[in-house]
Parts: sequence; structure tokens; C-alpha cells
Amino acid sequence: MASTLGLVLNFLIFPGLLFTAIVGLLTQWVDRKVSARVQWRVGPPWYQPFADILKLLGKEILIPEGAGRTGFLFAPLAGLAAVGVVSTMLWLANIQGGGFVGDLIGVLYLLTIPSLGMIIGAAASGNPLASVGASREMKLVLAYELPFIIAIFTAVTKVSPMTLRLDGILDYQAVNGVLLGNASCIIAFIVAILCAQAKLTYPPFDVPEADTELMDGTHMEYSGAALAVVKLSQAMMLFTLPIFFITIFWGGIVLTGWGILYTIIKYVIIVTIIVLIKNTNPRVRIDQAVRFFWGPVTVLAIIGMVLAMVGL
Amino acid sequence: MSTIIPIGPFHPVLEEPEYIQLYVDGETVEKAEIDLGRIHRGMELLAQEKTFDQDVFLVERICGICSASHSWAASLAMEDIVGVGPTDRARYLRTIVHELERLHSHMLWVGLAGHILGYWTVFMWGWKYREPVLDALEMITGNRQNYAWYKAGGVRRDVADDIWPEVVKIIDEFDKNNDILIGAFLDDPVIHGRLKGVGVLTKEEAIHYGCLGPTARGSGVDIDVRRDHDYGAYSEVDWNVITQPEGDCMAVSVVRLLEMKEACKIIKQCIAKLPGGPIATEIREFPRGEGIGHIEAPRGESFHFIRSNGTNMPERHKMRAPTFLNIPSFRPRVKGETISDAVLIFAIIDPCYSCTERMAVLDPTGQSLMTGKDLIKLSHEKTEKLKREY
Repeated sequence: MASTLGLVLNFLIFPGLLFTAIVGLLTQWVDRKVSARVQWRVGPPWYQPFADILKLLGKEILIPEGAGRTGFLFAPLAGLAAVGVVSTMLWLANIQGGGFVGDLIGVLYLLTIPSLGMIIGAAASGNPLASVGASREMKLVLAYELPFIIAIFTAVTKVSPMTLRLDGILDYQAVNGVLLGNASCIIAFIVAILCAQAKLTYPPFDVPEADTELMDGTHMEYSGAALAVVKLSQAMMLFTLPIFFITIFWGGIVLTGWGILYTIIKYVIIVTIIVLIKNTNPRVRIDQAVRFFWGPVTVLAIIGMVLAMVGL
Repeated sequence: MSTIIPIGPFHPVLEEPEYIQLYVDGETVEKAEIDLGRIHRGMELLAQEKTFDQDVFLVERICGICSASHSWAASLAMEDIVGVGPTDRARYLRTIVHELERLHSHMLWVGLAGHILGYWTVFMWGWKYREPVLDALEMITGNRQNYAWYKAGGVRRDVADDIWPEVVKIIDEFDKNNDILIGAFLDDPVIHGRLKGVGVLTKEEAIHYGCLGPTARGSGVDIDVRRDHDYGAYSEVDWNVITQPEGDCMAVSVVRLLEMKEACKIIKQCIAKLPGGPIATEIREFPRGEGIGHIEAPRGESFHFIRSNGTNMPERHKMRAPTFLNIPSFRPRVKGETISDAVLIFAIIDPCYSCTERMAVLDPTGQSLMTGKDLIKLSHEKTEKLKREY
């Protein structure tokens, strides 16, 4: 019973929803500040993302006429819960060494839930622009999932004995050095970062939201607390994905001694790469995005996989 | 089955209220219908109720971006009525301000193109590069926009000679930044992917629709009022008309970017050659008669026609902004493209809807022939007719 309660607390407070939300929003501030500096602007104060969420929570939720109420409101919640679970699993695997057979597959699965949630929510809203956004998001998910999974499994292939447990991969790295030291995993890491860009719907892959084309597309009809949930799950993804990459490729999180600083540096480097890609690219078209992921990125991912198999 | 995607009247990408209906099948645009008429300001009627001198100030306010173009065209039309030309110094000063305006207008468009492409960095950088040009305009004319600088016969104020080195410095700096932008545009594969081959307007179509300015020159139509109808100091300086044959969005963008380089060249030569002397020919009276003035505004040819009946107010002042002729080129451009490209295609002509919309029907005594209701009815009939045609 006590362990069940502990798990619930883990999920709700640390390292689950609350902690992820706070760090995610802080990361979003870093993102906004860095973007602002790149664009010769001043940028917001550190509490701006929190203020935004708080303001949204206090606003009225408008549900458009003709929208499917349940789907519209619950889809973002499912996304939020999924990111919370992923974050909890990653931290528990890192800190306590807790895991179960195949939890890596669970993580991969749960990481797609926010995107699927947005598709369901946008389609339920009954807005033509949102439905175009939903169809784009669907195509984008189909496009990036293949190279993303190949990239993650490159790391799995590299680990011997092969394991689908997060803590197994971490144990291997603790003994044999981080996976990023291998050529195959560097390629896989690059592919994963590109896919993360699409998972976060950041430029150049912000096609489903495209504010100048679809007026925020999938998010268009959301307002008030529902919009806050959507924004919050995006911020949490910005925290969870780098942590996931650190876990898989870069030796995981260490919260003792110099490890804390080292962890933060790793995290900041990945976030910076994502923010820089975001700020140096225009938005691509959806057909270009699909062609990009199924063409060069998948080929790159397969090359990484082959290299891992021959032992590089 | 086609769905209608509405763009406007309020949309993040449009600064002005207009309404575009995209008939789409999936993501492919089958047809676009453009519905204007939300920002009619009665400029032509107003112009007939003001004196010639006040008119120049009025037409300046047709467009915040091409305020120099409209006031220069109106001044040329007035000079045409009187039959005198501006002084030499005025011609050069007018040319300098006009080309500075082209710089800031094109740079503003580059920023907006970045915004439409979701490239926020280009948006911010473009507008940052534009800012010093406005400073230069403020140094010369005293205003960042609506310069109150042109008048029939010349310009209103003289310029102290010691500001020119500073202006040249700003232009040099701008030219350098523009080179960076040109490099970024021509080298970036993603920008190529978004602009190349998108929204093609062939040369025949451009001529058929009567396109003007960079829109026409991007389709290989070699027209430029500055060269074809000599005015200002353009025949005395060395510059080229930029044309690109492809007719796609990339070609129009390249035309704009390279035109900025030409404008820098023109300004520097004009400053070097700037003659002394009086800044305006004195005009005391406007005789009965008609005059036209047309100049190459940043978006194309601005055309002004004025008829004077010998009083101090024009009897008729007709103004046509370039956007009026460029708007219909949406139709062939957008067909078969995706929604993502549609917005970009609408922006590629650098539209200025507010500058375009005006209408008043009067008989020669100044009596209104039609009431507001009649005009609305007329407009509905015309719209119906156009809809049937397409």
C-alpha cells in the first residue's frame, strides 16, 4: 500500500507532474530568452511562462458549437498525463534504478500520446483550420516516428546484452562509458534531435500550428484552462525529451557531487541545440517535412543502425 | 469536395482587413476569391475638397509605406498642369528620399516574408536593418513616415549639407547587411524549398493582368517607370532595372533584394552629385487643365490624374495604387498550390489594400450622383458579375 502511495506521489509531485511542469516552464523561459537575444529583442522575465499559465487557468473555457465536448476537453489531459508518466519513469530509472522489462517501449509509446491527443482534440473542435492542423499533425507523426524509433533502437543494439530496460542501458553506460562516444550513436543522436524538433512542433516543423497559415491550427479553439493544459504539456515535453536523450545516449542523470553540474550542462546543451535549430529555420511545408523524415533522416538513422550492428 | 478556408478579415498575417476565401481540396487550393472593400476612406472625394497644396499632404496618407511615392506623383501631376518643372536641387532631393523609401519598404517586406514563413529571426533582423533607414529619412525630412516633403514645384525644406556623410554611412551599413540577407536567401536550402517554383506567374499572365513593379519584373516583364518615363534624377545616375525570368516567389524576392542594392547605388550617386540652388519653383496659380503624374513606387507604378478648373481646388483627382493591378495575379498564382503557400503567394506582391480602395461618383458640379446605398448596390452588382465571370 505504502509503495502504491509512493508511486502516486512520485507521479503527482516529484519527479512527475509538478516538478516537470516547473522545470519545463523554466526551460521554456530559457528558450524564449535565448530566442529573444538571437532576434535582438530583450525577452521576458523568468516568471513569464508561469504568469501565462496562471492567467490562462483563470480564464473561461469556451467550447465551440458543434464540438465533441468529451474528446475536445479530455484529449489534452491525456497528453499531459502521458508526459507526466514518462518523466516519472525516466527519473525513477535514473535515480532509484527502478524499471521493468520493456519500459523503453512504454516511454516511446507514451511520448506519442501528446501528439495523438492534439489530433483528437483538434478534430473534435469542428474548426476547419484546426482540422487541417490535425491532418498535418497526423502526417508529421507518421513521418518522424520511424526514424525516431530506429534512432532509439540503435542505442539498444549497441548495449550488450541487448536490453529494453532503461536502467539496463544506464548500467551499461556506467560501466562502458557513454553511448555518445560511438559513431553510430552520434548519428542516432542527431536523428533523435531532429525528430524532437518535430515532436515539440518547433520550427522548422511547426506545420500543425503554423500561426500565419492556420492561426495556431491544432490549438485554435482552445481557451482558458484547456489551453493552459495544452501549453503546459508542450513545456513538459521540452523538459522530458532532453532528459530522455540524456538517459539513452549520454549516461543519464547523476544527482551527487559534480554530477549535478554535469547533468545540467548536458541538459542545457541539448536545449540550446533545439532552440538554435528553431531560430535559424523557416517553416517547411508538410510534404517537405514528410519527404525529409522519410528520405534523408530515415536513411541516416538506418546507417547509424548498420554501424551499430557492425560494432562501431 | 472542396472546403472553404477563410483568411481574414482579421488574420495574424494580414495587417489590413480583407477577406480571402480559399476553396481547398485537402491541402490543395482550387480557387481563391478575394473580397475587398472594408477600408474605403473616400480619398478622392476628400482631395476634391482641399486646395492643391493640402492635397499633397492628403495623398501622403494613402499609404504609410509609400507616402513619398504618392505625394511625388501628385506633385508631378500638378506641375504638368502648370507646365513648369522642379529645380535641379529639388529633383535630386526628391530622388534621394524616394529611394530611401524603397529601401525601407522592401526591407519591411523581407521581414514580413520571414514572418509568413515562420522565420522569426529574419522578421526581427529585417526590421532592425530597416530602422537606420528611417533615421536617415528623419535626418533629411524631419519625419520617419509621412515626410511632408514634396510639393508642387519642388520640396518644402532645404537640407543642411553636413548631414550627408552620416546618411552615406547609414546606406553603406545597410548595403552590407543587405548582402548578408541576399546570401542567406540564396544559400538557405529551406528558403529555396519554400519559394522556388511556388506561385508561378508567367510573363504572358503578368502582361495579361497588367502587373506592375517587382511583381511584373519577377516574371521577366522589363518595365520600370523610372527608366521608361524619365523623372527625377534617374537619367543622370547609373543604375539597372532588375528582372528575373522565373516568375515564382523566389524570383520576386530576389528582384526586391537586388533592387535594394540598386537603390543604395542611386542614393550615393545622387548625394555625390547634389547640385545647389533653390529647392522649389514658385507656383502661384493652377490654370485650367489636366495633368498626370506617375512614378515607380516600391510596389509598382503609382498613377495620379488631376483636372483643374482654374480654382484653387482640383476638380478631379484620380489616384491608382499599384496593388490595384497586382491583386488579380493571385488567381493564376494560387491555383494548385497548398494552403501553406497560399498566404505567401498573397504576400508576394507586397499588397497594400488600403491604398487601393476608393470610389466616389460625382457630376461636374460637385453634386453627389449616388448615395451610399446606391454605391453599395452598385458594388454588389459588380461583385456578382465578377463572380459569374470566374
